[in-house]
Amino acid sequence: MNKLTFSIGGIHPSDSKISRGCKIETLPLPPKVYVSMFQHLGAQAKPVVAVGDKVKAGQIIAEPGGFISAYVHSPVSGTVKSIAPRKDLAGFAVMHIEIDVEGDEWAEGVDLSPELVTNIPEDRDFILDRIKMCGVVGLGGATFPTHVKLNPPPGKTAECLILNGAECEPFLTSDFRILLERTDEIVVGAAIMQKVLGGCRCVIGIEENKPEAIEAVSASVARLGFPGMSVATLKKRYPQGGEKQLIDAVMHRQVKSGGLPIDVGAVVQNVATSLAVYEAVQKNKPLVTNTMTFTGNVVPPERQHNYLFRIGTPLSFIAEQAGGIPENAVKLVSGGPMMGKAIANLEATTVKGSSSILCLGDETRRHPETACIRCGRCADACPMGLEPFFLKKLYGVGDTDALERNAVQDCIECGCCQYSCPAYVPLLDNIRMAKAQVMGIIRARNAKK
Amino acid sequence: MTQTIIWTVSVLTVLGLVLALVLFWVARKFRVEEDPRIDEIEKTLPGANCGGCGFAGCRAFADAAVKAGNLDKNYCPVGGNDVMKKVAGILGCEIKEAAPRVAVVRCNGACSVRPRINVYEGTQSCKVKAALYGGDTGCLFGCLGCGDCVAACQFGALSMNAETGLPEVDEEKCTACGKCVAACPKRIIELRAKGPRGMRMFVSCTNKDKGPVARKACGNACIGCGICVKTCRHDAITLSDNVAYIDFEKCKLCRECEAMCPTGAIHGVNFPKPLDKEAVKKRIAERNAKEKEAANE
Repeated sequence: MNKLTFSIGGIHPSDSKISRGCKIETLPLPPKVYVSMFQHLGAQAKPVVAVGDKVKAGQIIAEPGGFISAYVHSPVSGTVKSIAPRKDLAGFAVMHIEIDVEGDEWAEGVDLSPELVTNIPEDRDFILDRIKMCGVVGLGGATFPTHVKLNPPPGKTAECLILNGAECEPFLTSDFRILLERTDEIVVGAAIMQKVLGGCRCVIGIEENKPEAIEAVSASVARLGFPGMSVATLKKRYPQGGEKQLIDAVMHRQVKSGGLPIDVGAVVQNVATSLAVYEAVQKNKPLVTNTMTFTGNVVPPERQHNYLFRIGTPLSFIAEQAGGIPENAVKLVSGGPMMGKAIANLEATTVKGSSSILCLGDETRRHPETACIRCGRCADACPMGLEPFFLKKLYGVGDTDALERNAVQDCIECGCCQYSCPAYVPLLDNIRMAKAQVMGIIRARNAKK
Repeated sequence: MTQTIIWTVSVLTVLGLVLALVLFWVARKFRVEEDPRIDEIEKTLPGANCGGCGFAGCRAFADAAVKAGNLDKNYCPVGGNDVMKKVAGILGCEIKEAAPRVAVVRCNGACSVRPRINVYEGTQSCKVKAALYGGDTGCLFGCLGCGDCVAACQFGALSMNAETGLPEVDEEKCTACGKCVAACPKRIIELRAKGPRGMRMFVSCTNKDKGPVARKACGNACIGCGICVKTCRHDAITLSDNVAYIDFEKCKLCRECEAMCPTGAIHGVNFPKPLDKEAVKKRIAERNAKEKEAANE
């Protein structure tokens, strides 16, 4: 079979999928959960419960704070203890709802049975409403509200739904495990999204280092027989799972600078999102659970895990269940090693988009920065065709006009430049700041118009 | 031969005269009227082009001042009152004398009292660090210690103290241009009145967390207890968002708040004598007792 990949840039880090053989285990309920009001892109959610209220698992506890926002549901049953700011993963104060766990009672109407439901509802608005009411957001990392993404603006139609099973970040195996263990549900979820998008075709893209998953999904697609669905094998290359890279790989189309995937007729959704859509639409089960990997190069093989966790479970509780953080771990990362965020606070809680706790050893420390030798490796590695060394220089002199001309706003923050730099120049640190600055200027200009 | 020389000379002479006339006419027609006072003021100004006045440089300041004809909106903090008096003399107008100011670092979370809870490896820039995460201590509001303010200072007035990890202001060199204030992403640095003989009081903390949280993060944090507000007899101290603030215009430099502060967040600087906390506390207690007696009678 022809293996697909994107056209420019990219790197080939070791994939280190140590925990690939670990079956998904259901994590026990913690004594307390802290549900963040900022688990999605866009506006913060507004709490609709009060201190002292009894809540059931799956009950709405916060409503969207704007158009791009999402509902938040209680992941457990219990009593609301407090609604107060609490430090998140990065140490910033974010509003959290604290719930004392009492038993495990679910809200009415939530179907917890394991039977596969393949009959897809006919009504498109009903499906979209279900997805919205169940608080489904993109679980590939950006946590963009799914109901917004599945509802393209008028005049634009989706030609192809791309299901992202690339999992190109090293170490992470949660997507791989759900592709193996919950294959049929993911495929039905994809069919639901196909229907919402007006019956477009669907390509499930999986990287070649997951042959078992490719086999399982292909078999499931053939068995369930939804029209216009196929599986594509992708080359192992980072950042294959980037939205624009995946569109390039599967459809051979490039999204213009400043454009959206829908401009070229594509909608990209993660496989975990597809599972959440299935649970929301077919089982009326809100997004209150997700799968995450506990792994790292200093974690012994017997302590590697893939967990099904309730959203809001403190990271420290998960670490405890997994046998603690190894003593020789120097870095803790939530998400993949390339794009994940450092965990500055282990008392922080899991959110909808949490995909891992990585414990990394001494060799992952940053090296001291030396002078740029102009080798151009960063420009070769950039999958967006930018010139990272030049952008850093422009940021240094504060030339925002030149930064905009050189498309700093197109940076996807994948970190390929910094990974490939032999002089250990912190390119991405600077480019990220420049991007934020230029995006601010562009937004202010658009607001004026 | 002679004729050639005569021709050449006369043609060049005529050409020269014609071009001179053109140049004369152009110079007359397109003359830019510029007030000579602009040059004069620019010469009087310190010439640091620091932008502390809010203009792009000294020339822009002079231009704006001459255009306005007064100095109501222009003040050069680097030159101070002396330079401004000279400028006013050139313009023939009055100036409002401003009290000399100085940059004050409102964080006293030294390494010894503010435990590090993680190690930062990224780019050594406060701006980058502040955008990435909450910082390497439990305090979300305190100094990040990468020295953006030091890099921003054109006068060499700021330096990092290696022991405390906090920036220090050299009062002799500081011109209160405000560059460091803008450079600090945590907005810790404030321009405050220098005070008589440099004596001044300030709360050296901006932590808005509740008392226990702030205390846990830093031993020197303002915990918002309000003792200073109660102690102050001049209404100079206000408490908002769990942090006290001293209004330097109302402060009478009695140092009672400094003596009463339980965490040492209030600092008095440049006083001739060190503060005898016990004596001041005794004085306050005696005064309170007397007032109580008077109230009872």
